[in-house]
Amino acid sequence: MSWVNAVVHGILLGGFYALLATGLSLMFGVMRIINLAHGSLALVGAYMTFLVVEHLHVSAYVALLPVLPGALIVGYLLQRTVLERSLRAGELVPLLTTFGMLIVIGNLLQYFFSPDVRGLGSGSIGTASWRATSSLTIPWFDVLVLGVAVGVLGGLHILLRHTQLGRELRATAADPDTVELLGVNARAVYARATAIAVATAALAGVFYAMRSNFDPTTGPTQLIYAFEAVVIGGIGSLWGTLVGGIVLGVAQTVGARIDVQYFALAGHVVFLAVLTVRAVVQAGGFRVALRTAG
Amino acid sequence: MSEHALPSASAPRVERWTPVSLGFTVALAGVLALLGFGPLLFGQGTIDNLTELYFLVILAIMWNALAGYGGLVSVGQQAFIGIGAYAVVFLSVEHSLSPYLAMALATLFGAAISIPLGAVVLWLRGGAFAIGMWVVAEVFAILVSLDATLGGGTGTSAVLAFNLRYTPEQRLHDTYWFAFAAAAISLAVVFALLRSRLGASLQAIRDDEDAAASVGVRVFFGKGVLFVLAGAGCTAAGAVIVAWQLSILPLGPDSIFGVNWTAKMIFMVLVGGLGTFEGPIVGAIVLYLLETYLSTRMGVWYLVMLGGIAIGVALLLPRGIWGTLQERLNTRLLPVGYRLRVGR
Repeated sequence: MSWVNAVVHGILLGGFYALLATGLSLMFGVMRIINLAHGSLALVGAYMTFLVVEHLHVSAYVALLPVLPGALIVGYLLQRTVLERSLRAGELVPLLTTFGMLIVIGNLLQYFFSPDVRGLGSGSIGTASWRATSSLTIPWFDVLVLGVAVGVLGGLHILLRHTQLGRELRATAADPDTVELLGVNARAVYARATAIAVATAALAGVFYAMRSNFDPTTGPTQLIYAFEAVVIGGIGSLWGTLVGGIVLGVAQTVGARIDVQYFALAGHVVFLAVLTVRAVVQAGGFRVALRTAG
Repeated sequence: MSEHALPSASAPRVERWTPVSLGFTVALAGVLALLGFGPLLFGQGTIDNLTELYFLVILAIMWNALAGYGGLVSVGQQAFIGIGAYAVVFLSVEHSLSPYLAMALATLFGAAISIPLGAVVLWLRGGAFAIGMWVVAEVFAILVSLDATLGGGTGTSAVLAFNLRYTPEQRLHDTYWFAFAAAAISLAVVFALLRSRLGASLQAIRDDEDAAASVGVRVFFGKGVLFVLAGAGCTAAGAVIVAWQLSILPLGPDSIFGVNWTAKMIFMVLVGGLGTFEGPIVGAIVLYLLETYLSTRMGVWYLVMLGGIAIGVALLLPRGIWGTLQERLNTRLLPVGYRLRVGR
């Protein structure tokens, strides 16, 4: 695999990370909570699709038809039960409860589906690729995922900017108490945001399961990658998520080009480098502020 | 102009030491002194079990120090557990140091490494700090698994270092004493910290970081102290764990760098009582009992139960066992705070 090939594959992989991170970013933007169970919920989507494929003998694409509405419902109910109470209980509590969910989901999946490694077939597109030059091949499936990611982000952008629900979401994000005075049910708005977030997570989980093998312990890894994409791209920014995803994807594939074992490590290193640069800038800004004040 | 003219009898009094807390502190000191002679008093099974309890206590009070007093929820403290364990292997197996000297040095190393680390991650808040720490733990796990001299991905063992110098019984006893000393020192340091001026400012940071900063609390410094303390404590716990179980793995949720450690820390602190001094000790005892009597029988359901209970307690009993009891009985067994008494 050439360097150019590695970079192109990284960009395409970034589409997947953007899709994975969209829900995480949306929930943080609307409710200021980071859902630590996000990766685990993506994995639940993958396992539910796996069940449908196994029992109805349909392709994974068809299996999305029942799984995605199911994920919307799961997200809605999750917000109305656990998350809503967590939000009211204080700033730290959503972290504690979603971490508890991560542990519960991971181990339940292990119980019901065994720790075995599984895969979902991705159809004829899964193996097809376009050989642009002798050293550059473009897998169509990755292009499809990037396209879906851009479609989901664009759809969400339109939803937030141009629909009634979008206006309610933005207003509730800005000030939940005031929108209540204006007759908006903030809790219902939150629940819709979580429903959308869980559905996008499930969609990403299914794509993940189609492009590589998965097992019950991979949920937390997906959470970490999604989070890295969100932070690199600038927390709370929807299109920044796409940029962050691409940076992360390129870091990983270029790292893997050096040595296959550096795939995850390279992504983590870029993430920590971004944090360090921000820490230095913030600390520097701090000192400048102190100097001008003193 | 009647009772109000006699202010001295009914004015509120601020007190720290009460007869109850004095009595309990003395009793606790007695129990601790007794436990210090543990290997001379107990059988091997009990010594082994108490060692486990001690490292659970260390982990619980350190996680509580971060979250309960600094408002820092970390899901990556297993980074330090793994660093502690692997530092012991590195120093004692690779460089033939005495394992117990290696354990002490490992703790110092954990404290040292947490200073530059804290300078970066402490700029993060809330959930960003939580997952940021997790990434740190993953990075250390991957680095260790890439190092063939440390056993790579298949893990390593400290059994050689111990067996060369000690009989199994000596290892059991000395590990007990090391774990006991580490737990006692951890408790003493957190106790002193909470009673200090810094302790009060830390709780102000937890309650509202911006408000605390606005009244002159040095937020970053306070968080840094807690982070280094918790780093050293969790590293010491990791050093004890490797001496206790001998073999360690770097990768996977159940490994020495595994996220299941965080699940256990959160469980202990929430069940015992987040932000109370005594709570984590209570939580550690509860988890210790569950580990001893249920963990092997329940399989994966054990962690499902721990996670489920943690969620339930966070939502329904936010003060945990100890915090709730303390509120009901209106008493404090250890004098970490001040109490207001109105009237006689």
